[in-house]
This record gives sequence, C-alpha cells and structure tokens, in this order.
Amino acid sequence: MTTPVHADHDPHSDAPLKTPLYDAHVALGARMVPFAGYYMPVQYEGILAEHAHCRAAAGLFDVSHMGQATLRGADHATVAGALETLVPADILGLEPGRQRYSQLLNGRGGILDDLMVHRAPGADGTLGLVVNAACKVADYAHIAARLPAGVSLEIHEERALLALQGPEAVNVLVSLGADVANWDFMQVGPASLAGIPVFLSRSGYTGEDGFEISVHADTVVDLWQILLGDPRVRPIGLGARDSLRLEGGLCLYGHDIDETTTPVEAGLLWSIQKRRREEGGFPGADIVRSQIAEGVARKRVGIKPDGRAPARDGTEIVDENGVAIGTVTSGGFGPTVGGPVAMGYVAVVHARPGTRVGLLVRGKALPAEIVSLPFVPARFHRAPK
Amino acid sequence: MTKYYTEEHEWIAVEGKVATLGITDHAQAQLGDVVFVEVPTVGRKVKKGEETAVVESVKAASEVYSPVTGTVVAANEPLASNPITVNEDAEGAGWFCRIEMSDPAELEVLMDEAAYKAFVEGQ
Repeated sequence: MTTPVHADHDPHSDAPLKTPLYDAHVALGARMVPFAGYYMPVQYEGILAEHAHCRAAAGLFDVSHMGQATLRGADHATVAGALETLVPADILGLEPGRQRYSQLLNGRGGILDDLMVHRAPGADGTLGLVVNAACKVADYAHIAARLPAGVSLEIHEERALLALQGPEAVNVLVSLGADVANWDFMQVGPASLAGIPVFLSRSGYTGEDGFEISVHADTVVDLWQILLGDPRVRPIGLGARDSLRLEGGLCLYGHDIDETTTPVEAGLLWSIQKRRREEGGFPGADIVRSQIAEGVARKRVGIKPDGRAPARDGTEIVDENGVAIGTVTSGGFGPTVGGPVAMGYVAVVHARPGTRVGLLVRGKALPAEIVSLPFVPARFHRAPK
Repeated sequence: MTKYYTEEHEWIAVEGKVATLGITDHAQAQLGDVVFVEVPTVGRKVKKGEETAVVESVKAASEVYSPVTGTVVAANEPLASNPITVNEDAEGAGWFCRIEMSDPAELEVLMDEAAYKAFVEGQ
C-alpha cells in the first residue's frame, strides 16, 4: 500500500512550531502532523465522527497557528484608507463591531492571501486582521512595507485562536456567560467566558453558525479545558476542518485560490463592495474591474462525482469529448453529503450547474456534474434588522 | 493457512494456490476512516508489485499492491458499498480479493507475523 499523501502536506515542515495547546492535543490522543509550520492535530477520534459532531452539536478547533494582527492609526479613515490600498473590500464602510472577508491582492489581481478584517466596537483607528498561518510571515512583510507614515502593524504572537462551530456553539458560550445569543453573523466584540477575557467574532470556516475566540496564550489552555468540559463540545482536527469547509464551498488558500486566481474567477465578487468596484484603488483593480465588466475565462465551481470515488486536488477535468477544461483544486469525501465532493476551475462555457464533465482518476474519466456551491447549506446566524 | 505481510502493509493469507489480499490493521489505523474501496475484477491477471486495489480515507488515496503474480479469482464486491469494513475488520471481512498464484516462490521474500510486528515497531 502506498503511504497516504496528505492533501495538506506543505513545505514548511522543517522545524514545526507548537501552539500553546500542543500538550492538550497529545493528551487527547490526537494524531499530530506538521501543517503550515506547526504541529497540528489532524484528528482525535476520527474525521467522520468529528465532522458529524460539528454539524450536530459543537466542535472545538485550535487555530492558533493563524496570524492575528492589528493595524493602528490616527482614526478609522486613516487605517481603513491604508488597508484599502491592499484589499478590494470596503473597509471605510466597515461599522464598529463588524467583520469582513477580503483578500490581499497582487498587481495582477491575484490573491496573496485571504483574510478577515474586523473593527472592534467603538474602535476609531484600529483594525484587527486574521490571516492564514502559511502566509502570515509574507503577509506581514507585504503589509508593513506598504503602510503610510502614521499607520503601524502590530503582530499578536501573544494571542491564541480557537473556533467553536456548530448549532450548539452559541448556547455553550451563553452558558459560560457571554451575551451573544442575538449577535449577527460577522459581528465582533469583547466578551468574558467563565471569567476569561476573550475577543469573539460570530464566524468560522465550517458553514455552521459559530464563533472564533481570540484569547491570550496564557489562558488558552484553561479556556480549552472549560469548553471541553461542556458535554456538547468535542475537539475537531484539521481533517474534519477540511471536509467541513469543502462541503461549505469555502476556499482553502493555496488550493482553491492563490496568486494566479483573481477574486472574480474564484467567485468571491460578493466580497468586493460596490464602492470599490466603481472606484478601484486596490492592487490589480484594472484587471479585476475588466473581469467584472467583460467576464472571465474560467470560474471556480462545485463538482459532484456520480460514483463513490473521490477526485483529489490536481485531478484533470474533461468535457464529454475528453477535452481538458480545468482542474480540481479541492476534493474528497463529504461526510454530510455521504459521497465525494470537489471544487475546481473550469472554462466558463462549462461552468453552468448541470453541465456533465469527466474527472480523470487513475486513468479513467469518472462521470461528474457541475453543481452550485455550497454542498451543505450555510447555517450562519443572521440577526433580524 | 499461512499468513504473510509486506513492508507496504498488505497481508496475504495462503491456502493451497489461492492467496487472499488485504491491508493490515496497522495500515487501516494509519489511514483513518475508509470511504472508498475499488477491488479488481475477477479474471484480471496481476503481476507481483502491481496496483491491484485502491483504498481511500477521507484525506487520502492509497494503492494496494499484490505481493504475488496470478489471476484474480474472487473480489470482495460488498466493500464498495460498505468501505468502513476495512476499518472494522481489516484482516478479516475487509479483504479485497483472492488471487490464484502462478509463482508461489514469490512468497519466500515476505514477512511472517512476528517479523511484520517488529517491522512496524521499528518504523
């Protein structure tokens, strides 16, 4: 049998770092693997069980490998203006207590990284950033080199990050004293969980309702144990994190998006608000705006194989005549779907849902169909306006 | 019946000229939840070292190689609809196929259970 090659194998594995929860993961019997420069838990009890638990109750993830930073300047207009030169989202219009998804773009409109940007309640001159672990060193250098005088980047090595995801996540946090039941999707703010100060955002990477919990590294182990003390909560590894986000149609940086894909090709146009589309002023704006106006040659799509065989990242996609039309960028087994699921890029003429395609797996063209994303409907909590 | 093991974590159980092929319990534990299995068609001729079956977990695909040359005389078709059997009973109900061997001398280089156990512990 060949040794399994993990889709998340990465070149940063020389001297992996440990998050503050490393010993806690080992104590739970996690299988630890190098990922994005850190030893991370790929699974505890098993990916299928963890995936199902997260969709049914509440799953706890250690995502402390991700980068947390703050942009600081004189007022909101100053920091937002500085960040808007690097990302295509409307940051000036970001209200206090809200978070937005965006991308750091290069001059060709390619995606250097995707990130979350938040403005804390009452903040006038700070913006919080959460970036991908594998990109964080490059992101920080990229951002710092482009900031105007008077705006600084502060990196929060002292902070850890947890995610609590699933339909019971909100109830768990409420039971620990956080008044978050009526929070809206993408709302952010400070809170206290069993007396531990945290900064919450109602967001995540699973397609479920849930929260990301930024907490000081000195208290993260205590908070982890308190959260796991709730019978609704179980720890979830990177394996289920990947299957959950794939079913949720969410992009994995380095696979579904990278420096060669633009937000328009990636189907992320919803994250570029109207004012930015009209005004431009971000890297690659000319290319992005011409793609919006004239269309793109290829698009990210969902792909559902007819049979049971998964099609992995890198699988060639062909049309009904066997002609190459694209490539799978994420693919595997969807536990909630109960079968294989994939995402990839195809030429736009083949991108319409219902289009029949073939996936070249082990020399055979497996029949599959282009489908709308996500595979599992999102259950984000939208508060009534 | 004599059971042999490979360094690639396959097992074969030999009775007369027929060898039953599967992956070891150690291998299934390393793979994690198995979600897809492809077994060979009956009648297919396989060579020693040839890819004979495919086993996929949630995260990854692995090829299963036959340690012997011969003809597939039976395939465990129910695995296709019940791949988790490989996790539950890798060295029993989770077998992939039976091969009628054409060169039983190929067995001589394979490990017995004690040698395989030592091999796994040394990895």
